[in-house]
Amino acid sequence: MQDSGTTRTLIINDPKVRGLVYQVATLIVIVGLGVYFVLNARANLENQRIATGFGFLENTAGFGVNQTLIPYQESDTYGRVFLVGLLNTLLVAGLGIVFATAIGFVMGIARLSSNWLIARLATVYVEVLRNQPLLFQILFWYLAVLGALPPPRQAISIGGEIFLSTRGVALPRPEFGPGSGVVVAAFVIGILVTLLLRAYAKRRQAVTGAQFPLGWSALALVVGLPLVVMVVMGFPIGIDHPRLRGFNFTGGMVMIPEFAALLIALSTYTGAFIAEIVRSGIQAVSRGQTEAAYSLGLRPGRALRLIIIPQALRVIIPPLTSQYLNLTKNSSLAVGIGYPDLFAVFAGTTLNQTGQAIEILAITMAVYLLISLITSALMNWYNARIALVER
Amino acid sequence: MKRQSVVVAFAAVLAFAAQPAFAQTLKTVKDRGTLICGVSEGLPGFSNPDDSGKWTGIDVDVCRGIAAAIFNDANKVKYTPLNAKNRFTALQSGEVDVLSRNSTWTLSRDTSLGLNFTGVNYYDGQGFMVKKALKLNSALELNGASVCTQTGTTTELNLADYFRAHKMKYEVIAFTTNEETVKAYDTGRCDVLTTDVSQLYSLKLKLTNPNDHVILPEIISKEPLGPAVRHGDDQWFDIVKWVLFAQINAEELGISSKTIDEALKSDKPDVRRFVGTEGNLGEQLGLTKDWAVRIIRQVGNYGEMFDRNVGSGSKLNIARGLNKLWTDGGIQYAPPVR
Repeated sequence: MQDSGTTRTLIINDPKVRGLVYQVATLIVIVGLGVYFVLNARANLENQRIATGFGFLENTAGFGVNQTLIPYQESDTYGRVFLVGLLNTLLVAGLGIVFATAIGFVMGIARLSSNWLIARLATVYVEVLRNQPLLFQILFWYLAVLGALPPPRQAISIGGEIFLSTRGVALPRPEFGPGSGVVVAAFVIGILVTLLLRAYAKRRQAVTGAQFPLGWSALALVVGLPLVVMVVMGFPIGIDHPRLRGFNFTGGMVMIPEFAALLIALSTYTGAFIAEIVRSGIQAVSRGQTEAAYSLGLRPGRALRLIIIPQALRVIIPPLTSQYLNLTKNSSLAVGIGYPDLFAVFAGTTLNQTGQAIEILAITMAVYLLISLITSALMNWYNARIALVER
Repeated sequence: MKRQSVVVAFAAVLAFAAQPAFAQTLKTVKDRGTLICGVSEGLPGFSNPDDSGKWTGIDVDVCRGIAAAIFNDANKVKYTPLNAKNRFTALQSGEVDVLSRNSTWTLSRDTSLGLNFTGVNYYDGQGFMVKKALKLNSALELNGASVCTQTGTTTELNLADYFRAHKMKYEVIAFTTNEETVKAYDTGRCDVLTTDVSQLYSLKLKLTNPNDHVILPEIISKEPLGPAVRHGDDQWFDIVKWVLFAQINAEELGISSKTIDEALKSDKPDVRRFVGTEGNLGEQLGLTKDWAVRIIRQVGNYGEMFDRNVGSGSKLNIARGLNKLWTDGGIQYAPPVR
């Protein structure tokens, strides 16, 4: 009798089944290896009686940190040290991203300028800064910044309120007395009303074409309103002046030279890369757009701002995200100049004091991963928002 | 498909082959033919490479003594420079056989770090160095000062304790290496440099104007410095321990590298036990009968080691002080070789 339809093969010759078997076997081997590594590490640590587990986070740290955004004493725990380091990293990474973007956009547009000198200067900036290792640049700025500054007893004083010395930049700090909550509330209200006004102005322009003088209104609301409230409330926000007492400046707030050097180095270095990304984005927009904008009577600045850049952003945003992630990770080079970021105080000092390398490095890696994932998620959301909507 | 399974099989073999041989350090060292010694990145007097790459120092001599005892050649040592951050991890993981890096013996290092300190080759304490121009006479006048220190050391902790106990404020700037710390102090980033007093003497030589700086009189902590080995290998622990004890005992018995040959012919029972003419003490350690002779001949006794590296025969010129023998008023005391 003849077979009908397809011939039935042995089950082990069926390609789908084979593929499945191989995949399951590989998965078992990989998971088995992972389990083996973890058990092996744990057995070795126990053998040598090295401490394991996360209980160390509740032990007393015992050492000081010279820049803390939250209150911190030596008698606080390693968990608090972790937070202090994390906030320092986020501070320098956040400010670095802002400055790097500003520098990058300026330099990228400058490189495309029709002014020969500006274009060449921007080219020199980009080429010089892109091609030096970042650690050298950080050390350069640190030694250049420190070398140029005088000791605190001969500090450079600007207006008697700002002092520059090897201890850093001493600035006056606002002190919030009773009733200052109202002033802060007025500031927040000013910002919210400005945003609402902006939405209204956009809608009015879409309908009637008339433009609304948003700049002056914004200034009045965000700056004027809180000032008026402050005068009415009798100046509840005071100023803490920095004064030289003995060795150092007390009062006010101090920006340490390590922070300044790291911020300058990170911003200028990443700014050079962002400049090239911006330049490529602008060059990706077809020349016809610029010509059309000029023929409509728009001046070059406005054409750039309203027509070119919004289209260029679609090309710029994805590589820009990578540069932001690079900047965040590069901030860990802070350990080279003594800036107390997460890597330096947690994966450095704490690791050495407790000896628990595996747990600490795992936490640090997880934190950097989380920061990077959040940054790229935000950038991807923004990218999706400004994407071209096809009709 | 084939390449994938080969990679997986290779990884499996590697994983099973990566069994640590911690309890067999002596055998591993002998098979390798060299001792791997963890030292600092350059601290004159303790472990410092010169222009030709030759390492000298009191910590280096500890390792040379161990190599002399095992191989009868004090030069069969490979030195691995380690900074304060990775020194303990390097020892824990097996990258070095012994850590001889002016490390302080503390409880937490003995326990939660999984190390065993084998002895104290230098009794030290922490001090402060300031510029003479500041006209300070005591560490109690340092309220509000900026202090440079090395990160991840007992120095940082002692500094915090001292200022807290005396209710003084301070700003700490912590660097990873000695070079950065010294450079920051030299350029004026901080008013004070703090570390063990022996290191202060050593680092003072690296400053641009060594005579512009003064070390304040206060000693604010106990810093017993000594070599360390891993937990889990008692034989290796005993060997490293007794190399230092041999050197201290030799000075007590009056045996030096110059008089070792006469000592071999001595009639005194304790000298005969020491040099191995009587008894088999060396073999009990896992070494040879003349283990102590090898050490003294090639590296010298404790006094010679001290003088040559940090004492009157060196640029540091530190007084023996606490490091004198117990018979001279100091606290260096070794158990008897018997």
